[in-house]
Amino acid sequence: MLRQKQFVKKTKSGKVLKVVKEHYLRDDIWCSAEACRACDHTETVLSATPSINKLFPLPHYIIPDTNIFMNQIDVMEKPQITNVIVLQTVLEEVKHLSLPIHKRVRDMISNKEKRFYVFSNEHHRETFIEKLKDETPNDRNDRAIRVATKWYAKHIQGLKPNVSMVMMTDDVANRAKATADGLQAVSVKWYIEALENTELLDMISDTKELDDGQQLLYVEHLSPSHLSSGIKSGKYYQGKLGISSHNYLEGSIYTKIDGVEGTILIVGRENLNRAVNGDIIAVELLPKSEWRTTPTGVVIDEEEEKAEEESLKEEQKKAQEEEDTVMEDATKSAQPSKLDTPQPCGKVVGIIRRNWRQYCGFLDRKSVHTPAGSSAPINVLFYAMDSKVPKIKFRTRQAHSLLGQRIIVSIDSWPKTSRHPIGHFIRTLGDAGDRATETEVLLLEHDVPFHEFSKQVLSFLPIEGENWVVTPEDFNGREDFRSLNVCSIDPPGCTDIDDALHVTPLPNGNYQVGVHIADVTHFVRPNNLMDQEAAMRGTTVYLVDKRIDMLPGLLGTNLCSLRSNVERLAFSCIWELNEDAEIVNVRFTKSVISSKASLTYEEAQNRIDDERMQDDITKGIRILNTLAKRLKQKRMDMGALTLASPEVRFNLERDSQDPVDVEMKELKETNALVEEFMLLANISVARKVYDKFPDSAMLRCHPTPPATSFEKLEKAVARFGITLDHSTSKALSDSLDNAVIPEEPYFNKLLRIMTTRCMMQALYFCSGSMTEQEFRHYGLATDIYTHFTSPIRRYPDIMVHRQLHAAIDSDVKYGTELTDKETMNELCDGLNHRHRMAQQAGRSSVELFTHLFFKNKVEEEEGYVIRILKNAFIVLVPKYGIESIVYASAKAPKITAVDGKDTSKDSAAVQQILVYNPETDSLQSTEPLSPGETPKVQIQLFQKVIVQISIDDDLKGGGEGGMRQKLKMELLKPWIEGLSVHGTCNKDDPEAHAATSTADPNAPLANGTALKKREGGAETTKRAGKRSKA
Amino acid sequence: MSRVELLSPEGLRIDGRRPAELRKITSTTSVLSQADGSAYLEHGNTKVLAAVYGPREARHRALVIHDRAVLNVELNLAPFSTGERRRRNKNDKRLLEIAQFVKQTFEPVVITTLYPRSQIDIYFQVIQHDGGTLQACINAATLALIDAGIAMTDYVCACTAGWVEREAAIDLNYTEESADTSEMTIAMLPKSSKITLMQMESRLHVDKLDEVIALAGEGCKQIHEVLDKTVRDRAEDLARKMAV
Repeated sequence: MLRQKQFVKKTKSGKVLKVVKEHYLRDDIWCSAEACRACDHTETVLSATPSINKLFPLPHYIIPDTNIFMNQIDVMEKPQITNVIVLQTVLEEVKHLSLPIHKRVRDMISNKEKRFYVFSNEHHRETFIEKLKDETPNDRNDRAIRVATKWYAKHIQGLKPNVSMVMMTDDVANRAKATADGLQAVSVKWYIEALENTELLDMISDTKELDDGQQLLYVEHLSPSHLSSGIKSGKYYQGKLGISSHNYLEGSIYTKIDGVEGTILIVGRENLNRAVNGDIIAVELLPKSEWRTTPTGVVIDEEEEKAEEESLKEEQKKAQEEEDTVMEDATKSAQPSKLDTPQPCGKVVGIIRRNWRQYCGFLDRKSVHTPAGSSAPINVLFYAMDSKVPKIKFRTRQAHSLLGQRIIVSIDSWPKTSRHPIGHFIRTLGDAGDRATETEVLLLEHDVPFHEFSKQVLSFLPIEGENWVVTPEDFNGREDFRSLNVCSIDPPGCTDIDDALHVTPLPNGNYQVGVHIADVTHFVRPNNLMDQEAAMRGTTVYLVDKRIDMLPGLLGTNLCSLRSNVERLAFSCIWELNEDAEIVNVRFTKSVISSKASLTYEEAQNRIDDERMQDDITKGIRILNTLAKRLKQKRMDMGALTLASPEVRFNLERDSQDPVDVEMKELKETNALVEEFMLLANISVARKVYDKFPDSAMLRCHPTPPATSFEKLEKAVARFGITLDHSTSKALSDSLDNAVIPEEPYFNKLLRIMTTRCMMQALYFCSGSMTEQEFRHYGLATDIYTHFTSPIRRYPDIMVHRQLHAAIDSDVKYGTELTDKETMNELCDGLNHRHRMAQQAGRSSVELFTHLFFKNKVEEEEGYVIRILKNAFIVLVPKYGIESIVYASAKAPKITAVDGKDTSKDSAAVQQILVYNPETDSLQSTEPLSPGETPKVQIQLFQKVIVQISIDDDLKGGGEGGMRQKLKMELLKPWIEGLSVHGTCNKDDPEAHAATSTADPNAPLANGTALKKREGGAETTKRAGKRSKA
Repeated sequence: MSRVELLSPEGLRIDGRRPAELRKITSTTSVLSQADGSAYLEHGNTKVLAAVYGPREARHRALVIHDRAVLNVELNLAPFSTGERRRRNKNDKRLLEIAQFVKQTFEPVVITTLYPRSQIDIYFQVIQHDGGTLQACINAATLALIDAGIAMTDYVCACTAGWVEREAAIDLNYTEESADTSEMTIAMLPKSSKITLMQMESRLHVDKLDEVIALAGEGCKQIHEVLDKTVRDRAEDLARKMAV
């Protein structure tokens, strides 16, 4: 049965190594065809009666080659394609080329209905082939596929019922060779065309047909070997491309330039050279003369849009020129002033790894120009929801039915002759603007796994289901805390209660305080399917109207949830605290508790405040409250930061789930109470876990932000005579506390919001991968931290629970999952990604509801300038917690329409009304200035403005139906000629224009309330006079 | 997740074996004419030469034990035995350790009391290394000791087994060994099924321990058959030659 075969392989890893491996060829690898009696297989995958295609006389099995999977994976995933033999050669090649696709192929293989069978041809005696001399590996693999097909064809000959083999490849030469060998070979396109299914046909990625231009639009990428040697020698820089969220033609990479970490800007279509957001690219620096200083610029791309449309109509050349001039204009206007150091700029010379995925988006209506109802295939353009992604061109026969829908498209290639990447259609999600569709879109866009839990996963739930109760056996190794006055405090409507508290005064005057956390790991055992699913999901995702659970509902909202008056398993952290809330001792134990009350923050607050309530629980909450205040004070003294974010809460209409009102989230004292004890528990647990697993503890750190991230903010607050000391978190915390402007109560909050944005992201990490100094949590000002208190909704907490359990009980059995540094690191990376995505998904959901809220509404609100861009600025409206761009340039005709006056600048396509002044980091009007004079209008950070908020119906893709909906903000105050619009607040006031523009631009927030007047009143009048002349 | 897939979902290991399959074993005895007993053994690509000298007079007085023989084991890894050519120090701790294991394994099996005040030397030369050096050495030593005619209570057969991804697998090769799998070597007296050596350096979940031990034991029995056949063939060969 065994034959031994050795082959010699050379690998290079610095040195040339000779690797000798054994390779056993077998004759017990079965064909898995149901009707085959010659093979000794017990379970068969391939059906005896596979599907029929018009092209072939007999029902057949398909053997695809590697490129079929690489390019046409979406078609292969369709239920119409079944009975496929995946050769080991193909599978290994796919794995080598792309892990995500390999995973998808594996998923298909494990799906019984697809009937995909893996034939280990490389281990089969009759199908293994040696590489011939002068044969490339690709040719060898193609030959291996043909040999395997031939073997199969011979093997299944004469089966009853009759079946045949079909080799599927898009490689013409390979097909010819196969036919010469007497095999049936077919390309995907022929095969699918014979099936006569429009949807499937659309999904075939056919790069050749779409690639219409002969003209080279982009510079060729360099070869991988060229790139790697260039990167090694320091000629090129490698990095992950991040496209600006405001301008898809501007990106940057973060890399080391001459040993110093920094960003390289890549601006413009030419320089980006077909790189897409997230790709790992190689960049060459441009000569210093072409460097520029910019805050991120905004390109209003309507003009370009036009060029796009025309290019589709094959007036490519003309459009190209037109656009190029626009682009050039933009470049010119961004020429650096000499005062600021220019930022390094570069161009993409090659792509090291693509990071293409499937994109949700919609069709460009303008690109559909066949009559309605036509089903002729046409090339259309696709806008991704993610504004960082360029438009994608694809071919479809169902363009009209796709209009107004959200669809998924993926990119196949981006040839240098094509302006846009070329892709293919995958599926439709539903009507645009529909809440369910839009929610699905945002989940997909943020890579949130939201499918139902599979049966296999649910099979790991306790068999008793809802009726599960704590049994006497469960008390083994657990302390009985059922008699303690435990209660939980959570937001209203919370069903997944994962923490509860208790306090008992001790005879010595100290207090015993306990934090009890749901014992999720009792139910979720390591490495079973439920655990793997939870690890994959990483976290529960909270959207405005729904929750995507990490654990099945039975656990999350019932068996683990520490509801009142039922016995539940818990993991407890028990301290003895003295009057000053100092820890005398701490211990951890698994326990059984029975919560006496589950309160909302408000109820708990009322109990504290209500003098008449004198029951044990209320007394306990009061003690906890005092202790919490002391803890908080201590934390503040250590330098913990109080940061802020503009969070809002929607009041939803009960039935339709439409938002009817928005309010800012408010925090009560009791929020802080719970938070303090959770922090204390997390810190105590982190110490214990790190003690036991110095190399592999799962911890959470918050890196100290680099000094550079505060530069702009420091400059901006300096205007108000405020200094921001960010040397330590303590110093920052103090300077934030002192940064108060009495006239403007919101200023401090605003500053905290903006400081928050300068911070780094907190991260999960494995203790073995960093030095102890790096463990520090900057925001909380503690030297070690982890997450322990929410195992129902966060996977890291589950890991920490397991580690803590192993740390307190030496009898606990555990495997390498808790000790292996590598797997732990991988897990941390995954969890960080999920965590980030979940946060963003939550924010996007809020955004979606904000849009629904503002539908058919026009509001005027106060807002604050929080960021200055090259030709726009961003305004935050605290009332709704929304922010949006206000453009500082406008199209000339628009102005005429709004103003009724002739500005006589119609010729210029885009008129820059305010220009960026890098010296003051502000936007200012363009009139010529004599030295020492301040411009008449200035937009600066922190400035208070009044804006009009509405939903921009002037939508991209030229379509109705709420495509990429945008919140539109237009400036009302200060009045800027040509930019501001008339609203209720300035329409009846003819003086408004003059009044606002004369107001000192240094006035921080409220108009006219200057903190520090740098100019005298005389100058103000002078400027006012000038204004009236203009 | 870029690690090598050691066990494909189809149930084949990277070299095409199934989890419970040994590599091909080849063995011969009396390969060296100088030595009192010698054997050459291959477990797939792991190739070991064992030579036994003795019982003979102890080289150092200090080593002499008055009522039994002293076992002396030395191991040498040829510079060309691994992919990367490297000369190893004779006092390499890994090699000394393997030698020590072999010594401990054989001390209770060789009837040393028959050879008081003498010394038995076992020398190993690892010619090619592809995982499972210890098991190969023990098996080769058994053959060489038998070839030298030294009295033993039983064969000693060694076999490794480990937990590869999700299944217990036997006779790990170098790739499998170096991929951080937990590997255990067991040396067994096949007639009594007694275990004389059990060695493991990595972590293995307790629940999986029994399965791994059982599989390794199974492997030892298979190896015993092979070794036994080699010995019998050799004996028959000799008998035939003497009869002539």
